[in-house]
Amino acid sequence: MTTSFKTEILTATHNFGTAPTRGTGVADTFKAALYLASASLGAGTTVYSSTGEVTGTNYTAGGVTVTNATAPTNSGTTAYWTPSASITYTNVTLSTSFDAVLIYNSSQTNKAVSVHTFGAQTITAGTFTLVMPTNGPGTALLNIA
Amino acid sequence: MALVNTTKGEMEESLLEKKEGTVDNDNETVLWTEYWLDGELVHRSVHMTLKKFNLMGEAVAASF
Repeated sequence: MTTSFKTEILTATHNFGTAPTRGTGVADTFKAALYLASASLGAGTTVYSSTGEVTGTNYTAGGVTVTNATAPTNSGTTAYWTPSASITYTNVTLSTSFDAVLIYNSSQTNKAVSVHTFGAQTITAGTFTLVMPTNGPGTALLNIA
Repeated sequence: MALVNTTKGEMEESLLEKKEGTVDNDNETVLWTEYWLDGELVHRSVHMTLKKFNLMGEAVAASF
């Protein structure tokens, strides 16, 4: 597989199927939703669902928009992408423990991209900040090696 | 003077008991900050750096 193809997977340049039809020049919108420790998320997750999502003061169902100012790229034989800013939930109260974030494509019928788990947390009238890893081959949030 | 957002509205930091901690493991680094008032938790924020990532490829299994 060519490295250019790996990068083009992340930009939807190729379409082996029949859908979706895309315009050009505009990136999709990706969002990040938080899930309770009791929820079941993983590689089998196909789409965003409010089932098991956190609820609380100042948290909107569906989560927050992911900042996407850096296009996917490649280095060596790895294509990669990372959100260009931290994912932040400001002034929220999330009293029930949560331990996962779902990245999903809200421009494409909320199709799931990735699930990231972490130690269970609660937030009280505070801010939950997810700092992204270094955007490089092997360290980016998404890698196709 | 610094103001802290709490369950009781914004309060002066000096009126609150501050607790901080860190957790560092293979998956994430967590910095948490709590403020307490008379034994009641009134603020908790978490600053988390993810270390793991999603990897798919020809010779490397997915990490998630």
